[in-house]
Amino acid sequence: MIPKTYIQTLAKKNARHDGRRFDEFRQPVLVEYAVSAKSAEGSARVTMGNTIVVAGVKLEFGQPYPDTPDEGSIMISAEMLPLSSPEYESGPPGIEAIELARVVDRGIRESKALDFKKLCVKSGEKMWTVMIDIYPINASGNLFDASALAAIAALKNARFPKVEDDKVVYKEPTDEPMPLSFMPVSCTVHKIGDKFLVDPTRDEELAADARLTVAFTEKGEVCAMQKGGEKPLTHTEVFAMVDLAALKAGELRKCL
Amino acid sequence: MAYTRTDRALNGLRPMEAKVGVIKNARGSAMFKIGKTIAYAAVYGPREMHPKFMQNVERGTLRCNYNMMAFSGSGNRVRPGPNRRSREIGLVTQNALAPVLDLTEYPKTVVDVYIELLQTDAGTRCAGICAASLALADAGFKMKDLVCAVSCGIVGGTPVVDLDYSEESYDDHSVDIPIAMIPRTGEITLMQLDGVLTREQLEKAVLLARDGIQKIYEVQKAALKAKFADGKISLEGE
Repeated sequence: MIPKTYIQTLAKKNARHDGRRFDEFRQPVLVEYAVSAKSAEGSARVTMGNTIVVAGVKLEFGQPYPDTPDEGSIMISAEMLPLSSPEYESGPPGIEAIELARVVDRGIRESKALDFKKLCVKSGEKMWTVMIDIYPINASGNLFDASALAAIAALKNARFPKVEDDKVVYKEPTDEPMPLSFMPVSCTVHKIGDKFLVDPTRDEELAADARLTVAFTEKGEVCAMQKGGEKPLTHTEVFAMVDLAALKAGELRKCL
Repeated sequence: MAYTRTDRALNGLRPMEAKVGVIKNARGSAMFKIGKTIAYAAVYGPREMHPKFMQNVERGTLRCNYNMMAFSGSGNRVRPGPNRRSREIGLVTQNALAPVLDLTEYPKTVVDVYIELLQTDAGTRCAGICAASLALADAGFKMKDLVCAVSCGIVGGTPVVDLDYSEESYDDHSVDIPIAMIPRTGEITLMQLDGVLTREQLEKAVLLARDGIQKIYEVQKAALKAKFADGKISLEGE
């Protein structure tokens, strides 16, 4: 592990421990589709430098919630697999995994990219539940952006399964894609000292004072945000971070 | 009518692919794919065993954990977290691998093996064992040999090796026998059986598995060598 103080000192000198610029993502940034096509309705694997994340979509029938009888629903879960890092232990999802899943969820849900009405099969009685599960395979920093990208890529890859006599026939996918009108993309900016940087390594994450995840619609509107970390951010800092995130999210979108 | 295969011979394995060193954070790791079943395995440790009363003062302990990703099943979403099936598979995987592994240099520690299934089309515990054995070798532990595993069985009266899901769930009689072996000695380190069959059928099936094991062994050895040549090895099953 690289000491926090070393990373903080480097940041003061406008440098990073792996030689990147502050606004530079690790390479490659790679999206592979249909990595679990036999089992999942949609799936994707995202590589960002050493970080690898997979996401899969399963569709199930459910009953609409009473307050939204004409809408389907989405559920996003994440699990910090002990396979992916010596930091993680077996057990139910910890707070880190819960926050990750909720931030990815918000980025997709609040963008309104997914038409929930079209996920309703019969008002008040039957809906599709879209379940996205996110798993890091190698957790080396910036799980937020890699997971959000993997989740939206898996959704893009997903096809409805065939329905026969009101039952889902999982073996037979149709050609019908998800009612997804565009791809929301997130970018997280980290603050170390008075510097802002993207795509942190795990060591940089641990040395950061604060972070801000911003999700954007295709038009560049902000559709979800989450501030993390212990230190506060000023008004000016927030907007500087949003601007940097917007720029980099545009680049990430091209990888989809 | 006897069961026949259209995509491969009765003694043929599905296409395999193996790669080691796929998870950088781990001390050792591997991906093993057979047909549409894909397993990842990562090895961490030796690290201190907790709780303390579990520590073995004579040698390190091997601990295996098997998990199916929530979207990796053939029907509904698999509920995440351990269940009776996954815990049992973790245990038999441990027993399948332990005989080749020498952990006497690491008393009081645990070596953790994590197996994750990305996609499943039957034979998941066997694919997991193949991946785990590669990951342990990649980690550089002292091993007598690799461990190879494949299922064999009877489908509609016909002995076959490496059953896929359609064969495992074949309506008109199916017997599934996962087997793991130390290929150099032919010793069996895992054997389970579900179904009804005659002693003769059992013998035929096990012989098919023995042949299959040798093919898997070649793919595994090639994957370990390829790590140093930075290549991806892919060998077609027959």
